[in-house]
Amino acid sequence: MDAVLDQFRARILAASADGTRLLLRGGGTKDWYGQNVVGDVFDTRPYAGVVDYEPSELVVTARCGTPLAEIEALLAQNGQMLAFEPPRFGAGSTIGGVVACGLSGPRRASAGALRDFVLGAQLMDGRGELLNFGGQVMKNVAGYDVSRLLAGSLGTLGLITQVSLKVLPVPYCEASIRFELDEIAALRCMNEWAGQPLPVSATCWHKGVLTVRLSGAQAAVKAALSRLGGEALADGDAFWSALRDQRADFFAGAEGGAAELWRLSVPSAASALVMRGEQLIEWGGAQRWLRVDRGVAEDIRRVAAASGGHATRYRVESEELGAGVGAFHPLTPAIARIHERLKAAFDPHGIFNRGRMY
Amino acid sequence: MNNSEAFVAALRAALPPASVLSETEDTRPYECDGLSAYRQLPMAVALPADESQVLAVLKVCREFNVPVVPRGAGTGLSGGAMPIESGVVLSTARMNRVVRMDACSRTAVVQPGVRNLAISEEAEQYGLYYAPDPSSQIACTIGGNVAENSGGVHCLKYGLTVHNVLRVRMVTIEGDVVELGSEALDAPGLDLLAAFIGSEGMLGIVTEVTVKLVPKPARARVIMASFSEIGAACSAVAAVIGAGIIPAGMEMMDRTSSRMVEPFVHAGYDTDAAAILLCEADGTADEVEEEIARMIAVLQAAGASAVQVSGSEAERLKFWSGRKNAFPAAGRISPDYYCMDGTIPRKQLARVLLGIGQMETRYGLRCANVFHAGDGNLHPLILFDANQPDELHRAEAFGAEILALCVEVGGTITGEHGVGIEKIDSMCAQFSDAELAAFFAVKHAFDPLSLLNPNKAIPTLNRCAEFGKMHVRAGRLPFAGLPRF
Repeated sequence: MDAVLDQFRARILAASADGTRLLLRGGGTKDWYGQNVVGDVFDTRPYAGVVDYEPSELVVTARCGTPLAEIEALLAQNGQMLAFEPPRFGAGSTIGGVVACGLSGPRRASAGALRDFVLGAQLMDGRGELLNFGGQVMKNVAGYDVSRLLAGSLGTLGLITQVSLKVLPVPYCEASIRFELDEIAALRCMNEWAGQPLPVSATCWHKGVLTVRLSGAQAAVKAALSRLGGEALADGDAFWSALRDQRADFFAGAEGGAAELWRLSVPSAASALVMRGEQLIEWGGAQRWLRVDRGVAEDIRRVAAASGGHATRYRVESEELGAGVGAFHPLTPAIARIHERLKAAFDPHGIFNRGRMY
Repeated sequence: MNNSEAFVAALRAALPPASVLSETEDTRPYECDGLSAYRQLPMAVALPADESQVLAVLKVCREFNVPVVPRGAGTGLSGGAMPIESGVVLSTARMNRVVRMDACSRTAVVQPGVRNLAISEEAEQYGLYYAPDPSSQIACTIGGNVAENSGGVHCLKYGLTVHNVLRVRMVTIEGDVVELGSEALDAPGLDLLAAFIGSEGMLGIVTEVTVKLVPKPARARVIMASFSEIGAACSAVAAVIGAGIIPAGMEMMDRTSSRMVEPFVHAGYDTDAAAILLCEADGTADEVEEEIARMIAVLQAAGASAVQVSGSEAERLKFWSGRKNAFPAAGRISPDYYCMDGTIPRKQLARVLLGIGQMETRYGLRCANVFHAGDGNLHPLILFDANQPDELHRAEAFGAEILALCVEVGGTITGEHGVGIEKIDSMCAQFSDAELAAFFAVKHAFDPLSLLNPNKAIPTLNRCAEFGKMHVRAGRLPFAGLPRF
């Protein structure tokens, strides 16, 4: 085995033996995400590098510590991209952290989420065993799909050491347009357009303005532009980048004072949500951000659940790491039991990111 | 009353009249699925009509410690729905209602026994459809699709079942009703939905599914390109992808396949070509023209000897008909055939096809190759005659060697047909003991009693230890005329 993996294993075995809690960490750009962000920092960055990438295979395989920026630059050189557009919270962000957090960006509603692009993963579990799930191929039904289960697992099941991700070509053509619309009209438009053969690849509604990105063949984008109308947005790339990386003004506001940022995941056609605070809507209506001072978790969760969704206390400005206990929506008892059994199976000594999720 | 009689009596008492079959003549139709070489009569068949009846069946099974084998339409090709002698088959046939179709949110809520194609038929009035289209879609059910993570010819662009199902409502063996995923795009906690899809009925019994519907493309056209050399066809596939094109479908057939299907379907295939490539573009009319032009340029540069584009919808369907009927055509020219389902990195295609060609000589059997070229899923059809001494044995050995080659080049033993009982021994070739133990741990997390479809898909370590001389068996398919991939 690789010397770095040997060191990883020795540390995991030692931690398992004495019950040391480990905080798995790549670039540390998402220390604010989740709860109970505590433990001895386990730096995943020594295990880095793109292992395999052949553009015509549409697959990139990289070790956990590989910087996201390195992978994206490599893909861009070949006219390809990570279509789920993971948010970039800093130059140090690693692909292991990206997969463990499972966050997706503006293209999610049309292209799919991070988990949809995970083809395979290698995991070092709490016994120091190196396990391979999935592979480098698009279709694979041998064994349970553990690699997708690891996407968004926040490191609670073990150390993701390597991942294989499906990549896609960069669209031939992109254009952005905006419309002045109130929230209800914007929600109606987003849902109607998504039900028609239009190349809508991202949507964002904020403060009475709906911004739409079109991506695809030149002919398709051109036809959609003339059909939808709207006002052309000159610096579309800058707009979507800022939204993707949560640097847009709306998100920046969350970093001042006691503001909390909540993420509500609801059915796209859910009506306008009445809540105290300011909202920004993405994903065709399926992702609603709420910026609020001292939000009342129960109230926010009740609104999300009534619409058929759930709410996450996503980011809180605080001295402490993480978003505080109770960051994630409570699970039903039966689901919670399955979580506990999975955790106990992969991490019998409870050393990996304990309590980061629940 | 023996234990089995007591169980059947308890099952009858728990369900409405005419919901339990236990006489041999009634259970006979359930003795196998699409992998008919393996047959086993179950102790009983239960036909629950709703979720409360599923709960009732599982409660009786728990009390009597009787294993449950869930079954949709029984079109599966890997024996996943093969009964267990001391077990009950739980058929979802009576749970066949479309509960709700919502054009605005582009979702359909359906019971597990609803047929795949029925969803698209019902959604058509809204200009929508359900994207995954396994070739058995006229018969197979959405519950079975969830169990197998079914694909189809369009999955490179539109994804598999896992990409098109938002929510699964299911019942655990412990009697909990659980919702995985949600009608939003994600759900809190671990992505249990992803682990559940493709779990071959071993983690829970599906009672309801919410699927994503997508807009029906206004237009589709397909290119049929001929290649005089198979390596050139493989390079052409890489060139199309390399040019930044994701075709709606990309399929390859070798000469044995095209010669096999042409007399059957008269699709106009070039039977002199070493390989035929079908590349489809869909979208708005202008978009399709743009993509077709781009693909033709790439295919010609890659050495296509002839290129033809469908001029009408009828012609498009004709071009596809040969590919879709490859399995029935194999049944027509050969008494038996054995369909493999390996997936390989595309770049290894030429090497694998070369290897298969050498195996043909070595085993003295013909093999027709049809290939989901876009996603690397290879379906070699080994032609044999089970009535000839030794041919079945040679076909089995041939198949096992193909799967071993798929794993060797970095692929997998099954792309879309599932492991079931058919490929359970080949799992030992693909996974380590620790990985198999992890799979059992996942099963245990959902099914601690090990009563849901036990002994399928994941081999025990003992079984792997014994594996080596054994070979997978297969034979004739039932519903031989049903298009399949």
